[in-house]
Amino acid sequence: MAKKKLKEIAINQNWCKGCGICVAFCPKNVLELDEGGHSTVVRPEDCILCRLCEMRCPDLAIRVIEEEEDAQ
Amino acid sequence: MAVQEYIRERFFPQMWCEGCGHGTILNSLLRAIEDLGIAKSDIVMTSGIGCSARISGYVDFHSLHTMHGRALACATGVKMAKPALNVIVPMGDGDALAIGGNHFIHACRRNIDITAIVMNNRIYGMTGGQYSPLSGVGTMATTAPYSSIDNAFDVAELAKAAGATFVARTTTYHVAEAVTYLKKAIQHKGFSVVEIMTQCPTYYGRKNKKGDAVEMLKWFKESTAKLGSKELENNPSLIARGIFADEDKPEYCSEYNKIIERASRR
Repeated sequence: MAKKKLKEIAINQNWCKGCGICVAFCPKNVLELDEGGHSTVVRPEDCILCRLCEMRCPDLAIRVIEEEEDAQ
Repeated sequence: MAVQEYIRERFFPQMWCEGCGHGTILNSLLRAIEDLGIAKSDIVMTSGIGCSARISGYVDFHSLHTMHGRALACATGVKMAKPALNVIVPMGDGDALAIGGNHFIHACRRNIDITAIVMNNRIYGMTGGQYSPLSGVGTMATTAPYSSIDNAFDVAELAKAAGATFVARTTTYHVAEAVTYLKKAIQHKGFSVVEIMTQCPTYYGRKNKKGDAVEMLKWFKESTAKLGSKELENNPSLIARGIFADEDKPEYCSEYNKIIERASRR
């Protein structure tokens, strides 16, 4: 099985309220809050696909999309 | 399928405050349902009143938004009429244990196949931060400006003693655990209760100087420990997380079917 690779961390800026939970608990510091106070991806290359941001987001605003998932 | 496909997108962004844990519980619940592969039309979500109750409006299942504390009574009716459906009842701490306290213990006692989720933020958020039966001694609330002197219920012990056959507790920090427990609870044949400790940064957090949502999640991480762990043994003041009960007992709808059979034979 091929190693899973990140395609994109899609953040719905209209749903994000900027609580910062995803930023605070990302084990690899992939996310930051932008000037408008919304979550944004700054270091996608460090993402280990743990999906904790996606699972903890109270606003259902984050989707971690894998390369393989896209190929299906 | 992504969890976003189980929601009514037209009602998003949801109405809960910034950092409110109720959204995380919705997130965990949708993941549990996705993992179990249950069809949307086979689920009924019945809720009462309060911030927590709004959850049933966001899911693309059959949903009933009923009276304060009476969600379990309405859910019992649904389950008795259509036992094949999965009935899930999300409730707040006040909705479940104060206004609906009587319905709660009797639903436990009957062991009817319903999944109750107690979204415990230890305060009434929607009405302005009054203390609830789960606030506990020392909690500050708008109705307890010098701190509450009321002891809190232990939901897990209460549910177990009242007869619930699956009882678990986790928090909104421990999301993978929440998904696992919710899956087990939905699959369990009988009355299941999952207490999920959730953060209300707006009222509980502010009144009790617990900081924002991130600080409150860190507090859940530090103040809880897994049942049976060394950590809990060494520090009994920690709040236990885990499965408190998981047993097989006759389920109410099945027993009722036997009555129907017996009565039809006469």
